[in-house]
Amino acid sequence: MSGRAGQMAKRRIRGHALWYAHILHRVSGIGLALFLPLHFWVLSLAITDVAALDGFLAFADLPLVKLSEFGLVFLLAVHLFGGLRLMALEWLPWPAPHKTLAAGTLAISAFLSGVFFLQAI
Amino acid sequence: MPDEHRTAATRPASNEAATLAVYVWRGDAGGGAEQRFDVPKQDSQTVLDVVTWIQQQADASLTYRFACRVGMCGSCAMMVNDEPRWTCRTHVERVASDGELHIAPLRNLPVIKDLVTDMDPFFDKWVKAEAVHHPSAGRADGFAAVTPDDPQRIEASAGIECINCAICYAACDTVAGNPDYLGPAALQRAWTLYNDSRDGGGDAILDAVSQSGGCHSCHSMGSCSHYCPNDLDPMGAIAGLKLATTKRFFGRGKGGGRS
Repeated sequence: MSGRAGQMAKRRIRGHALWYAHILHRVSGIGLALFLPLHFWVLSLAITDVAALDGFLAFADLPLVKLSEFGLVFLLAVHLFGGLRLMALEWLPWPAPHKTLAAGTLAISAFLSGVFFLQAI
Repeated sequence: MPDEHRTAATRPASNEAATLAVYVWRGDAGGGAEQRFDVPKQDSQTVLDVVTWIQQQADASLTYRFACRVGMCGSCAMMVNDEPRWTCRTHVERVASDGELHIAPLRNLPVIKDLVTDMDPFFDKWVKAEAVHHPSAGRADGFAAVTPDDPQRIEASAGIECINCAICYAACDTVAGNPDYLGPAALQRAWTLYNDSRDGGGDAILDAVSQSGGCHSCHSMGSCSHYCPNDLDPMGAIAGLKLATTKRFFGRGKGGGRS
């Protein structure tokens, strides 16, 4: 198939919730895969090059870098819950409405505990 | 307000004269392009009506496929405004954007001519997925008792209304990216037979669907279940196969491969 028939179709059929959940999981996974080697390399500086590590830690204290850490936590959270979602979807022999209820309960409890946690710190 | 509830006086006067701009993909395996046709609008007009009008009134060389016209045979599926749809049950007024329709052959299948795709790869994969009946009794045996409220029968019954239209296959991005992937329809049929107490091929089915390109290639992006015109859930069926193959891998499957 060539031209519009092939190209445009891809755009239209990707606009539903499950597809977005899939792509969010995939993109956050790639983001984490890029981050982790960097993370371990920085940790290794504690043994190989202490001065460089101190320099990096000073850099990590900059407000913009601090702010971008929220992005990292977001990636982690999205990927964690995306993975739980997939495992529930594919492994739990529950009816679909039970899974929706369980996911909703989990989201509400995560939100409430997050609020209390932020209050505490 | 639906048209049928309007009186003649309130119905738009221009309705009779109005036309649709219909862009139909014309070509063959070597490539092609859209061709525009202006088709008169009708009340309760389906996309298949539009294609038929073009073939009968404008260009007799247009090639397309249909049979029953009532959503039972699964032969008239096409891409309509870039989404896979059963054209006989798709009303123009629900899918036309700005009075335009773009009609193309189903995605993910080779084109033969115009709106007709070669369905062989689609059905070959049904066989490859062991989505074929494996007899477990002969003609000398009595009738098998099928209990409608048995949980396994409920799983089997969930998928039996598949009309083989290949809309799920056209909607699937995994099929687009992996030509060996068996696809949602074949895998759902395999899951249906796996749960049918009269089918004797439980292990053969699990062997077939756990190969490369089988159920574990599915990314659960759900376009199959989203677009299925009969509201079936191929993604759920594939999830069932994933669980059954995994259980068998860890030695927890029951005799005959069924869980």
